[in-house]
Order: sequence, then C-alpha cells, then structure tokens
Amino acid sequence: MTAVAQRDPKNSFQDMILALHDFWSANGCLILQPYDMRMGAGTFHTATTLRALGPEPWNAAFVQPCRRPTDGRYGENPNRLQHYYQYQVILKPSPENIQQLYLDSLGVIGIDALKHDIRFVEDDWESPTLGAWGLGWEVWCDGMEVTQFTYFQQMGGFDCKPVAGELTYGLERLAMYIQGVDNVYDLNFDGRGVSYGDVFLENEKQMSKWNFEVADTDALFDLFNKAEAECRNCLNNNVPIAAYEQAIEASHVFNLLQARGVISVQERASYMGRVRDLARSSCEKYAEHMAPKWQAKFPEWSL
Amino acid sequence: MSDFLLELRSEEIPARMQAGARADLERLFRAEMAAAGVSPGAIRVWSTPRRLALIACDLPLATEAVSEEAKGPPEGAPDQAIDGFCRKNGVTRDQLELRDVKGRNTYFAVIEKPGRAVADVLAEAIPAIVRAFPWPKSMRWGAASLSTESLRWVRPLSGVVALLDSDVVECEVGGVASGRLTRGHRFHSSGDIVIAGVADYAATLREAHVIVDHEERQNLIREQAAKVASDAGLTLVADEGLVIENAGLTEWPQPLLGRFDEAFLDVPPEVIQLSARTNQKYFVCEDSAGKLANAFVCTANIASSDGGAAIVDGNRKVLAARLSDARFFWEQDRKTSLEDHAKKLERITFHEKLGTVADKVERVAKLARWLATEGIVKAEESTPQAKVQLGNWAFDAAMQCKADLVTEMVGEFPELQGLMGGYYARAEGLPDAVADAIRDHYKPVGQGDDVPTAPVTVAVSLADKLDTLVGFFQIDEKPTGSKDPFALRRAALGILRLILDNRLRVSMFDLIANAAHSGKSDDKGQDIASFLIERLKVQQRDANIRHDMIDAVITVEQRGDTVRMVNRTAALQSFMETEDGTNLLAGYKRAANILRKEGWEDTAERVARTGDEDPMENVDDPQMRAIYAQRGASGGLSYTPEAAEKALIDALDAAEPQAATAIEAEDFAAAMAALASLRAPIDRFFEEVTVNADEEIKRTTRLGLLARFRAAVHNVADFSRIEG
Repeated sequence: MTAVAQRDPKNSFQDMILALHDFWSANGCLILQPYDMRMGAGTFHTATTLRALGPEPWNAAFVQPCRRPTDGRYGENPNRLQHYYQYQVILKPSPENIQQLYLDSLGVIGIDALKHDIRFVEDDWESPTLGAWGLGWEVWCDGMEVTQFTYFQQMGGFDCKPVAGELTYGLERLAMYIQGVDNVYDLNFDGRGVSYGDVFLENEKQMSKWNFEVADTDALFDLFNKAEAECRNCLNNNVPIAAYEQAIEASHVFNLLQARGVISVQERASYMGRVRDLARSSCEKYAEHMAPKWQAKFPEWSL
Repeated sequence: MSDFLLELRSEEIPARMQAGARADLERLFRAEMAAAGVSPGAIRVWSTPRRLALIACDLPLATEAVSEEAKGPPEGAPDQAIDGFCRKNGVTRDQLELRDVKGRNTYFAVIEKPGRAVADVLAEAIPAIVRAFPWPKSMRWGAASLSTESLRWVRPLSGVVALLDSDVVECEVGGVASGRLTRGHRFHSSGDIVIAGVADYAATLREAHVIVDHEERQNLIREQAAKVASDAGLTLVADEGLVIENAGLTEWPQPLLGRFDEAFLDVPPEVIQLSARTNQKYFVCEDSAGKLANAFVCTANIASSDGGAAIVDGNRKVLAARLSDARFFWEQDRKTSLEDHAKKLERITFHEKLGTVADKVERVAKLARWLATEGIVKAEESTPQAKVQLGNWAFDAAMQCKADLVTEMVGEFPELQGLMGGYYARAEGLPDAVADAIRDHYKPVGQGDDVPTAPVTVAVSLADKLDTLVGFFQIDEKPTGSKDPFALRRAALGILRLILDNRLRVSMFDLIANAAHSGKSDDKGQDIASFLIERLKVQQRDANIRHDMIDAVITVEQRGDTVRMVNRTAALQSFMETEDGTNLLAGYKRAANILRKEGWEDTAERVARTGDEDPMENVDDPQMRAIYAQRGASGGLSYTPEAAEKALIDALDAAEPQAATAIEAEDFAAAMAALASLRAPIDRFFEEVTVNADEEIKRTTRLGLLARFRAAVHNVADFSRIEG
C-alpha cells in the first residue's frame, strides 16, 4: 500500500481537483459526484438548480463535466473543447466570508495573490432557460476569467429565499494557468506524465466529428420530441425531478441539433422557448411539490 | 463645527455604477440634512470598487432650537375645543398662554423644539440613505435573505464607518453596525484598519494601499499608462473611458506594459484594439509612425512582488488567445468571398414581415442603383459612363454590404459590422469605392458621426436607411412615444443628414415611392413624409431653426425637396429676425384678421390655422394658384384709388413677379427682399385707407387687395404658421 502523498496542484490536474475537494470539504461542503447526464454547465446539476430553491441550508461542491457541442474544434484548438470540467460550489445561504473563502481556495491550488492580479469584474448571470438570474462577477486572474461568482436571486422564476452563492471554476483554464501551459492537451493530468491529451484528445476528435458531421439529425429531432413528451408525462405525474432530467436531455439534444446546423435562425427561438418551458415548469413543479415540507420546517417561509 | 465621514463598504461595486453612486450618495445626504435643518459645508464623495465614501465638512454639533406657536380658540370656548387644541399640539391646558388678539383673550400653545444633536440626526439619516439608495441593479444576500424584505445593496454590504470628527455615530442597517473599523487593500493589507478621525481617513487608507479618491486613481492611471508607453518608445492611445473603468476596478492601480506577438499585427488594428479594450480593458499603443504597436497596457491592482512580470505574462497569454481567435476568424472569413457570404443572408430574418436580410439587400441594391442612374446621387465626373459605373458600384456594394454579418469576426465582435466588410472587400480586390461603401454604409450612426460624401457610399447608405424606414412604416411598425425598437428615428435622421450634407436634390415623395416594398400597403407615403418632417424639425432645432418657420415653409414648399426647404426656412428665419420681417408679420396678421372677420372667402382660407394639422396635407392646389394669378392680373379699378392704395397695388405688382422669379431661382434671400418691399406700403395702407368703406365696391376691392397681399406673402411662406 502506498501512503497518501501531499497534493501537488501545480503539477497535476487531478491534484488540483483533489485540493479543491479537500478545501471545500474542510469548509463544510458535501463533496458530490457529477450528475450522470449530458449537460451544458454545472449550474444544471440538481445540486445547484433545485437545491437553490427552498429555505434549507445547502453546501455542496462537485465536478461537473460540461458538453458544449458547438465549441468542439477536433482537438486542434489549444483552448476550446466540446467536453470539459467545471468545479461548482454552492453555498446556501451565502456566507458572509464567501469572497475570502474563495480567495483562500485559490491559495490552496497555488495562486499567490501578491504575485497575480486577482479581480472581481462585474458579470451578472442570467439563464432564461432556468428562469434564473443573479448578480456577481467574473473573477480575473491576470486578465483571465477563472471563475464565475454569482449570488442567485431567482431560480425557476422564484425568489431565492435565502440567496445562495455559486462559484464555478473553469478547471482546465485554471490548471493551464497554474501549470504554465499554453495548450490544454499539454496539461499534466496526474503529475506523473499522463497528459490531458492522452486522456481526451482522441475523444475530442471523434466527438467533434460526431457533433458536427455524424449525428443522425432525424434521430435527434425524434429524441427532442420524446424528451419533451416524457417531461410532460413526468410533470403530470408529479415527479418533478424526473421531469427536470428530461428538460436537461431536451436542452442537450437541442445543442446537438445546433451543432449539426439543422435549426434555422427562425426555428431557433421556438426550440429555445420549448426547452425553457420544460425547465421552468420542472423547477416550478419541484418548488410547489416541496413547499409544504419546507414550510413545515420553516414556518416563517413562503414560496 | 464638525466634520462627518461615512464609508459604505461592500463587495466589488461594478465600475460603471460608481459615478452614479457618488452622485446619489451626495444627493441623498443633502436631502436628509436639509430635512433636518442642517446645512453642511463642503461635501466630498469618493469611490473605490469596495467603498463609497462621503465627507461633509463644517456640520453644527446640534440643530437650532425652534420655538413654534399655534393660535387656538378664544378664552371661554367650549372645553372640547380647547382640549382638542391641546391634544393636537401635545401640550397640557396649564401650558397654554393667553394673549390679546384684537381685543379678545385667545389661547396660544408655544412649543419649544429643542435643538437635536447632529450625531442623532446622522444616526437616523445613515440607514435612511442606505435603504433609499437607487442602485441600477441591487441584490439580497446571506442568511437574512430568507425574507425578501432583507436589505438590498449593489453587492453585499459589509461595513459602515460613521464618524463625527473622531466619534462614532452609532447606527445599524441591514445587520451591519457602524463603527470606525474598515478594511484596506484586499491583498496588500490584512485585518481591520482603525480610522481615528475624519481627517485621518484618506491617509489611513493610503497606508493600507487604498487610494480612496477616484480622481487621484484616474490621474495616476492616465499618467502612468502614458509613461510606461513612452518608456517603451511608444505613444499611448488615450482612452478616457478605459481610464475611468480601470480606476473603478482598482484601489491601488499599477499600469504595466506588455508586448504581444508581432505576427498578430496582420489582423486589422480595429480588431486588436476592440479585443484588447472590451474584453480585457487594456490600452493600446502606437509607434512613432502612428501605427498600432504590438503592445498593451493593463492596469493591475497590486504592486506585485516580482515587479509585475508574472502579471504581464499572464495578461499576454490571455490577449494572445483572444488575438489568435481573431486571427483565425480573419483568415477563415477570407476563405469565402463576400458574395458567397452574402448567400447565407437568406437564412437570417430581417423582420418576419419584411423578409430575410437577403431580401433587404436586394431591395437596397436596386434602390441604390436607381439613386445613381436618376442622378440624385451624382458621380464625381459628369459623364454618362461615370453615371453607369456609379450605378453598378452602388448595386455591387449594396449586394455585399451586409455579407459580413455572417462572418465569424462580426459574430464575435458585432461592433465591427461594416468595417470588416470593408476589409474583406479590399482583401478580395473589390474597387476602393465599393469597399469604402461597404465599410461606411451604416453611417451616420449617431449625432456626431461623419456623414458619408463618397457617391457610392451615399447611394448605399441612403438606400439602406430608406428601405428600413419605409418598410417598417408599411407594416405599421412606426415609433410611438419612447419606443423605437427598429431605430427608425435614427434612420430618418441619417436620411436627412445624407440629403442635406450632400445637397441631394430630390423630392422625398419620390424617394419614399421608390423605396416602397412591393406587396405591402402603399398608403403610408404621407405618414413617412410627416415623420421625416418631424425629424427635420428636431434636427434643425440644433441649428437654431424654429419649428414654426419650417411649418411656414412646408405649406408652400410642396415638392418635398428637403434642401430647398431648409434653405428657404433659413432665409425666412433671418428675414423674420429683421425689423422689416417683424413688421410685415404684423401687417400680415392684421390683413388676415380683417379678412377673417369679414368672412372673406377664397381658397387661401383653406390654409389651416390651428397648427395641429398634418403640415403636409396642403397638397399643391393648382386652383389656388389660378386664383392668385387672376387676382394679380385684375389691375383695373372702377374708382380712383387713394394714394396709399395705389402704392400698395404698385408694390404688389413689382413684388409678386420678383418673389416668384427669386423662388424659382432658389434665391430665397431675394424673395424675402421682395416681401420686405411690401412692408412700408402695407403699413401706410392701414394708416391711410379705410377698408370698411361705405361704398360696397371700394370695400370689396380693398378686401380683395388685402387678400392679394396675403396671397403674395403666402407664395413665399405661410405667415399664419409663424408664432409671435
């Protein structure tokens, strides 16, 4: 048996992640695993969206793989990927020292704030799909956006009571920065010489080709319609979490259709409207479903 | 006298909101003090990303005691009335005074309001200011946000410093208690900073690496950025917006110069500048030849331990990634000709009722060619070949003018629309005139924007805006009130400026008719023309041309030739500023009043007078001209006219043809001079001649003469529209 080594975030992508886990675990977060569905951003994880609703305290951190089919570059662009990782922290209610906690987490992965210029630059967040918005910043490190920092004000069309603070770290970017690497595929994944390219380059090539060229568009259209119908079915049967999963599915299928270039500008708005409708309905249903339980525990609280 | 300090510390305030917040803080503070009867001396307001601060000097320590008196019922009034009076004034009956009022003993309540400590006034004012603060966007946070009633601030409010001289003004807002503790720079300082007194505030913060005065930070950035550039042998491209924004992002600003790979300079300089500016908030530099250099200036918020080397290096990488994206777009876009890019416009809807952008482009191209072949926009040379070439170039440029909308570069930087099209056109070898037209056809965009003068550009720009304006009116999407979602006011103003600056001689009716979209309602011409006239009035107001002068000219200037209209209006207004003008107007009004009172009917009576009508409804009426002409001709009188009467007839005989000729020749000053020659005769006529003569023939003739005078004036301008 090998003894557990010290984390080495400066030379290892996985150690950077583990260091963040250590840090946020020590600061009271549940360490969750990724949601097992294809999604465009960590915010879609139910640990963020659905848990941002309601009065109960909730502190969690997790890595979420994100799929952005149109960002694929066949493995040829040093910065762009159709599949990458976000590190999400959700703290509800937002603690008073949330900025300091965040800065401390940067220290843990090796960023010296007296050598690097860290800045909070206004960047408000809005997701019409989720009926959500918040105020916050993009955090810059030497001019590079490394984190999205948001105080959720509304989710699923409901006021957040209380407000949650959400941190979304772009893991590859941060690692490239910390390791001093100009090409994402050159990142040292494990500190022992396995590169990010060894793990993901072939994946990026094939998936870019599939996203842009191969995926059967008739099947995708069909999937979209089926996800939409199933979402309605779930809503009718009062299982909003299942409905929400179908909304996420529809959203990703829509992104694939976009990458295949088969949705015209005119149709685009209508598809987005359909996805939005599914996601919002699911969030609303979830909130309504949970409201009695929440109210029982927090008598002062109302939806 | 005391000085007061208020610091509202929060998490990072957006840079763009800080100037407004400073003004609001001062305004709210002044209002609170005024309401409490405190008049502060000088007030200073500062901001950093993490704090808003206000220092008010020379506050009194207490408000003045005020003695107020209230007169009550007379002695002997019912107890009920007296008790009511006491209740109302918060006094007891034995506190009332009796005074003599006109011989009657009357109760008075004297209420002594003692002065209040200003510290108490401030303690109430601070929470009120915080709660009333009008941030453009505000938020809730933390445990208190379990209720939506919790305090809202731009970002979480973390501290309040409130000192009167060196004493804390005790108060609390949103769970934050006031005190004398604040924080210094986020990284160069740690823990709490103690502010001993108001006078120490700025210096104490400076020790903690915070320059609290935003103007000082702006000056520092302006000077240091210029200095690091000149140290590198370069000139900083000044950008006041960036100075202010960077000052709003930093508490300890440190401009640093970095270099990027020279190879990126292949990309058009505007792209580099935009990319550096909007995405990264960097300044750019020029070399001694005035060309964009491969350098940027970023403004860090720390004095870093390595002199900024790591910061510059990190920023260089970010910029390099941005520029390599830009260069990728630049290369990618040029692999396809603009003509082929333009084909993709079929997929973009311009407006659901007005078709695709491809449809629009086709209409614009035809209209641009028509403007050239009709000679409305003139070629630089006046040969038939030049005219044909202008038409062709205008057509080609218009067909490709929107092609860059589907390029990667414009997708990334929408502000570069037009400009990129121009670059791509030149790169594929299109004639300069065509490339320039593609580049500049959106102009003029704003009030101060240059108006194109190159013929091809003028044709395309005018055609583009006409097509938009006319099309949206045809589908009933005209602006209402403050709503103008399709920027039609701007389009109209652009049209007018293109016409006026280039002296394009054309009737707006012709333009509107030729820009009409086929298959759409075709009865909007009048609406559109009226809209253009309204815009013209607004635009001319800036040139101090009065709207009533424009109205006076429009009723008589019915060709819709804007250039003529404006010239005529200018001549009219300068005439009306002379003594002759004012007197003639008086004479005109007198004549018009008499005619109206006498119920004199002629076609001229149809000229509307309420001022509310559509100024364009008076279409050219040939009958009216015929009547005027006939009047002018009837010289023979059946009685011997009085001298003044004869003089007026002679003056009219001379002035009418003079004015007519002058108007035809567009010598409006001469037309006004012809009118001026009527002033003395009409004055004398009113002085010496009785219009309402006993003999019916004289009365009728004289009324006719006044009508003729009124008509003569009308031929130059409708004086009934002129105010005053």
